[in-house]
Amino acid sequence: MDTAIDLKAVSKHYRALTALQQLNLCVGRGEVLGLLGNNGAGKTTTIKLILGMIQPDGGELSVLGCSPGTPQAQALRLQIGYLPESMHFYDPLSGREVLDYFARLKRVSVDERDRLLDQVGLTGAADRPVATYSKGMRQRLGLAQAFLGRPRLLLLDEPSTGLDPIAALDLLERLRALRREGCTIVISTHQLAGIEQLVDRVAILQQGRLRIHGTLEKLRRRSGLPDRLRLRGHWQPASLQQQLAEWGCRDYRLDGQVLELTTTADNKIPLLRRLLAQEGVEDLALEAPNLERLYRHFSKTPEPFDA
Amino acid sequence: MHEILTVARKEFLEGVRNRWLIGIVIILALFALGLGYLGAAISGKAGLLPLDTLIVSLASLAVFLLPLIALLLGYDTIIGERENGTLLLLLSYPLSRSQLISGKFLGHLLVLALATVLGFGVAAASIAALSGNLLDVALWRLFGAFIFSSILLGGVFLALAYLISVTVSEKTHAVALALGLWFFFVLAYDLGLLGLLVFSHGAIGHDLFPYLLLLNPNDVFRLANFTLVGASTAYPGMAPIVMQGGFSLPLLLSTLLGWLVLPFLLALWRFQRAQL
Repeated sequence: MDTAIDLKAVSKHYRALTALQQLNLCVGRGEVLGLLGNNGAGKTTTIKLILGMIQPDGGELSVLGCSPGTPQAQALRLQIGYLPESMHFYDPLSGREVLDYFARLKRVSVDERDRLLDQVGLTGAADRPVATYSKGMRQRLGLAQAFLGRPRLLLLDEPSTGLDPIAALDLLERLRALRREGCTIVISTHQLAGIEQLVDRVAILQQGRLRIHGTLEKLRRRSGLPDRLRLRGHWQPASLQQQLAEWGCRDYRLDGQVLELTTTADNKIPLLRRLLAQEGVEDLALEAPNLERLYRHFSKTPEPFDA
Repeated sequence: MHEILTVARKEFLEGVRNRWLIGIVIILALFALGLGYLGAAISGKAGLLPLDTLIVSLASLAVFLLPLIALLLGYDTIIGERENGTLLLLLSYPLSRSQLISGKFLGHLLVLALATVLGFGVAAASIAALSGNLLDVALWRLFGAFIFSSILLGGVFLALAYLISVTVSEKTHAVALALGLWFFFVLAYDLGLLGLLVFSHGAIGHDLFPYLLLLNPNDVFRLANFTLVGASTAYPGMAPIVMQGGFSLPLLLSTLLGWLVLPFLLALWRFQRAQL
């Protein structure tokens, strides 16, 4: 696999505080990585290292084939788009002027600037001062600047903050399109549901260390978390408990007509067959552990369903 | 250079977009005009103030206003962007820290220069018109030199504001430091010198006095303007110091330039090493 970002045993300390410890992380070209972790886990430090704004105390890192922070890497920045977590743009300037400022710094044409304003839906408000923009509009302006110059690497910190549902869906579409064009994307976010359909791999950081890194499938396997089944039907509560115990299922909850239960991967199909053979089953939903549950698991937080 | 000019352009645009720039121009022009017309009334005379007296009076006014304006223009230039999250973003662009800070300084200096030229220029034009000779070469030469030294003085305090902005960790600290610096250079320093002279009955600091004045950019600016108008007998208070020091106008202007360059280089040095 062609590598876009390669961190080998990277450590970073701020005086007595260890921000990152022996971090190994590899992101392939054209891959989307979800960089997850609680506050203070080391996500922002990782992004700053990738951008070359800070230097590691130990280890090696390479970004698009260069070592960030070196003079040669200055040109590399033309190929990187970055969206910080929270930003307050220059109030007296209009949206067009703000984007123009960043476009000039990246030597991007006026046409592309206007096309991006249009893409993020700001053409109508482009000549209004940024001071009059809503939070969502500011975020869209931030995204437009990150997309300037057709970047080969995008680093997005909480990209969907403040966006309405339609704008958030549009963003996902746009990111998918960029991935198809070969752009590598790193998304750091707490909004796990929003990125589940997009990410190829996930890295969970915990207190400056890599807790786990891999595809969702790998995380599911490693977690051993059961799938959830939800069936609507006419159940006989009296006999249900005994039947389920015989079929190897002890973790269930009956709420009126809705039966919720968990099953291991091995037992999933036999259990499903037996349940569907019952009379009166009207509807079925099957849910593999989603990113939220996996994140909770690997962050050592008990799941509410089990509690 | 493209990067420096891009940053300067944005700072200039943002600066002139702020309404307070128009406010500054009006205040400078009103004060200058007021002094020109009414200054003579204090000594019981009617009409325009003599030109050299006007320049010396304007210099005394400028040391209050220009440092304050420059400090307010520049105190949040780095810490403000840092708090707003745009500093990290800017540095992710193909833009070095020295290019960023140089571009900002250039843009802010242009804003200051524009305000000073407009404010004092309008006043100079009005006074020239009222004196009946709009193309009075002597008047324009004096005003030109005064405006140039005023821009330098503004630049000095802009550089000091930048040094504050790269040093502090919070914007509120920057405001407090900027106002403290203004108070020190505009009010406290000269009072301290005066106190030293009085309490030691002139024993301490008498010979050093002119040189001690060079340690305050406001005093350098005032000395430069005294020297500019050739102050000798008209201003007995400062004349002996000017004579005793024997500082030439180029030397005083160079000192002022030094006062601009040194804090700016310090700010640049600190910013290069700042942990973001």
